[in-house]
Order: sequence, then C-alpha cells, then structure tokens
Amino acid sequence: MKDKVITRIIKIAGFSSIIIVLMIFYFLLKEGLPTLGEVALSDLFTTRWYPIEDYFGILPLFSGSLLVTFISIAIALPFGIGTAVYIAEIAPARVKEILKPLIEILAGIPSVVLGFIGIVFLSPTLRETFNLPTGLTAFTGALLLALISVPTIVSVAEDALNAVPQSYREASYALGVTRWQTIWQVTLPAARSGVITAVMLGISRTLGETMAVMMVTGNAPTMLQGIQSIFKPTRTMTATIASEMGEVASGSTHYHVLFFIGIVLFLFSLIINIISSHFSEKNRKEKEQVV
Amino acid sequence: MKKSIAIFFILIFFMAGCGSDNSPTTSNSNGTTQNKYIEDKGSDTLVNLALIWAEKYQLAHPDIQISVSGGGSGTGITSLTNGTVDIANASRAIKDEEISEANNQGIDPNEIVVAYDAIAVIVNPENPVDRLTVEQVSQIYQGLITNWKELGGEDRPIVCLSRETNSGTHVYFLENVVRMGDSDSKVLFSQETLLLPSSEGIISEVRDNPNAIGYDGLGYVTDEVKVLALSQGEEYVLPSEATVKDKSYPIARQLYMYTNGEPTGAIKDYIDWILSPEAQQYVLDLGFIPYRSIE
Repeated sequence: MKDKVITRIIKIAGFSSIIIVLMIFYFLLKEGLPTLGEVALSDLFTTRWYPIEDYFGILPLFSGSLLVTFISIAIALPFGIGTAVYIAEIAPARVKEILKPLIEILAGIPSVVLGFIGIVFLSPTLRETFNLPTGLTAFTGALLLALISVPTIVSVAEDALNAVPQSYREASYALGVTRWQTIWQVTLPAARSGVITAVMLGISRTLGETMAVMMVTGNAPTMLQGIQSIFKPTRTMTATIASEMGEVASGSTHYHVLFFIGIVLFLFSLIINIISSHFSEKNRKEKEQVV
Repeated sequence: MKKSIAIFFILIFFMAGCGSDNSPTTSNSNGTTQNKYIEDKGSDTLVNLALIWAEKYQLAHPDIQISVSGGGSGTGITSLTNGTVDIANASRAIKDEEISEANNQGIDPNEIVVAYDAIAVIVNPENPVDRLTVEQVSQIYQGLITNWKELGGEDRPIVCLSRETNSGTHVYFLENVVRMGDSDSKVLFSQETLLLPSSEGIISEVRDNPNAIGYDGLGYVTDEVKVLALSQGEEYVLPSEATVKDKSYPIARQLYMYTNGEPTGAIKDYIDWILSPEAQQYVLDLGFIPYRSIE
C-alpha cells in the first residue's frame, strides 16, 4: 500500500517535468507563431533588426548567437577537455582535491558577476591589447561564455573518463604504451560519447546564456562579415529577448517576433540535446556489445 | 537555457502586473468627494520619477493610495481621455488631435510641467573635440562620419553608443537628433551603433574608451566623461539648468503631467507637493532637471 503511494508520487513528479516542457512549448508556439501571419518571411529573413520602426530581420541575431557560441566552444573545448583529462588521469590526489571544488565554485559564479568583470576589466584590456575601436565585442562575450561552460564540460567529461574501466589502461601500459599515448588513444576514445555529451551540454549552456553576453557584446545587430566580425560588436538572440521583452506591448508584432526568436532558440537546444542523447545511446549499445 | 526561461517567466509576471488597470478608482468627476485613490499612468521616461513621488507621498499621507504604471505617453493620454486615470504622465506635449478627442469625451486636459530632461552628448575626457553641431551628431550616429579626424579630433574610429530601443531616450534621440526633428525622415541609427542595456553601461564605456561617443540624461553624467557643447544655429551651448530653461540647449524637453481640468481635492494636494522643493529634489536625484529650482 505504502509502496503504491510512493510510486504514484514519484510518477507524478516524473511526468510533471514533461508536462511543464510541453506547456512551455505550447506557450511559445501560441505567442510566437502569429509572427508568420504578421511579418512576411521575406522581411523576417533580412539583415536589419530595428523593431521600433518595424524592421524585423532576425538574421543578424541568428548569426550573432552562432558566432558567439562557436568562438566560445572553440576556446572552451580544449580547456575543458584538457582540465578533465588532467584531473581524471594525471593529477595527484592532493591537487585533484583542490582543483575539483575550485571548478565547482567557478560553475557557481552568477553570470551577471562575470559580465561585470567583463565590463570593467576584460573589455578595456582587450581593446588596448588588440587596439580595437571598442572592447565590447563577440570575442569578449565568447571568453566569458567559455568560463561559464568550462565547468560543465569538465565535470561531465571527467565522469566519463572515470567510467573507463581501469583494465583498459592497464592493458595499454602492459603493451608498453606511454601514458600520453594511453590517454590519447585508449582512454579518450573509450570515453568518447561522454566527452561529446559534455561538449553538447556546454554548447547549450553557451547558447542560452543571456546576462553576461548582453553586458559585454555591445548588442549591435550587425551581420557576420567574415573573420573580422570576431572583434566587432554583435547581438545575440537571448540578449535581444531579455532587453526588449520588458517594455514591449503585449500582443504586438514585436512581442510575437520575440517569442518567435524564443522558438528558434528552443529548437536549437532541442537539436543539441537530440545529438547528445544519440551519442550516449550509441555508447551504451557499444558497451553492451563488448560485454 | 534554464536561466533564460526563468527570466522569461519573471518578465511575464512583470508584464501581467503592469497590464492590470481595472483598479477601483473612485469617481473623479466630482472634485468635492474625497479622492483617496489616484491612478497615474503614462510615459516610461517619467515612470521611475512618478514611482518615487508616489512612494514618498504615501509615506507622509497613509490615507492616499497612488498607483503608477508606464506604457508610454500616448497610452497615458488615451487613458485620461477614457477617464480611467486621474493623472497622465507624458514626455511630450499633448497633440491637438488628442485634445479634441479628449474634449469629445468631456475631458479637459490640463497641462502641468513637472520637470525638464536634458540629453547630454558625451565623449572621453581624452578626446580633444569639445563641441559639435546637432547635424554632425546626426551624421555620426547614421554612420556617415566614422573618424574623429573629420571633426577636428585625432585619427581614431568613432564608436557610437546608444541606449536600447525600448528606452524613451533612444526614441527622443532618434527623432530629435538623428532625424533632426524631421517627422518625415526615415533615417535610422547606423547598424554599427552599440545598444547598451543601461545608462551606467554607456557612462563606463565612454569613460574607458577614447573612441566612444554616447548620450544620456544629464543627471546620469559623471565627472569622468566630457559633455559636448551642441549647436543648432551659431552658438555652442553646454547643457545646464539655465540653458535648458531658456531653451538655448537644443536637445532638452519638458516632462508633463496632465489632469482633467484644474486639479482639485487630493489630486491638487499631490500636484502641489510634486512642485514643492522637497519633491523636486527627487527630480534631481533621478537625473532630470527640476522645474522649480531647489534652494
């Protein structure tokens, strides 16, 4: 009897998150889809975003988000994986005991605090070092985002590395392989799917981050113009929603377009989650075959 | 993603809160009845000031309740016309068609200037340029002038800073500086213009960056940035309480409250208090210029 009640409670808890996600998605669709009736697709996919004069081109926001996310992952990936490998494979126990909590603290720093550091320290430093017109650039935002996503990547990737059976490493050493070769050719490939999941989680964390990006990227809705755009101001989808939603008239075209951007972001996250669960599924099957 | 959803919901609740204006306002058609509930709605530029006033006034007069909401100058005036608010806040003067519309509804809008708002154009103190014409500022923000040497400064790129598009100051600057008051003009800010979420963001970037030009309400301007003298004719004028009041500074505006006819009863007491030195001190605190000078 007692068992049944508890099972039921747990069931409800499990289903509630599904229901909440569905409700959020329904809400997004309900508020965002009217966009397609109000703004012609040919206007939506243009390069000018100036909503108060009815310019609803979302391409600059789209390219801004992709640019910032891409640079940020390019920075966070080697750092995150490197740190995870060091903690899991190389570091002596004492160093490990210090490093792990420190990285967890990094994960706990609110992004608005990082944004503040970005404004007062990072942005002026970058401007002077690279002699830029302004330090509020896509690169500045990407650096902060890398700081935000590194802890996620490290903790998930480190778990994946720890899950690799010790016998793999021992077998490798027994063949006379060096430690570096073991890490690169045995341990990392064995943990591959977990590491990919880590990176995917890092990407979705980066894509969805708002506050730090809004504070340091300058928010100019410009299109990607090649490699120099890295050091130019840019505007992301999240920053646009956050800064404009507060004052937009409810039910207006602008309001609907902001929700439409929300749908696009939601779909991005969904795709990333599907890719990452695809990899972890694949891994489980591979492991079952080995066993 | 989680965070953005949270922000999202907070915003939704916030908007829901702002949207409710079906509050039980006691009839204000008859000034002799005790009006203990004052509805005040309109300009987003004025909303913070109106909130502070309401808050402080209610502290001293616990029997009065004042509800303040934003929505824009037009929204406020429309609500006054519909008789749903007692005071409409506006950062522009009421238009002739709005007056006749109000008269049709039996409402007689009564204008009260409560404060001034001057917009200062600011640069880094290292920048040798210290005066510009409004036309030059317009061309800078349109992206037609891109280097300080074209304006007699150093050979440096110009970085234009602006408030976000939801700011009333942004719209005022677009209409009166970028478009130079020409209501038929379709000119926009250059796409390269940085849109910063706060006044503080603009001040700190201008303070640190010798390439930057920005604009902000005079009260937000600190000593760490340089205010430019502007000219619309021949004379270059710095913004100050005096030049705003004699209208020689080109980008300043009056901020208004509108009531239905001459205010009476509790509304009159409230408006009188707003024009008192005590209340006008808060005008200065929020970065506007007081209507009455404070002794």
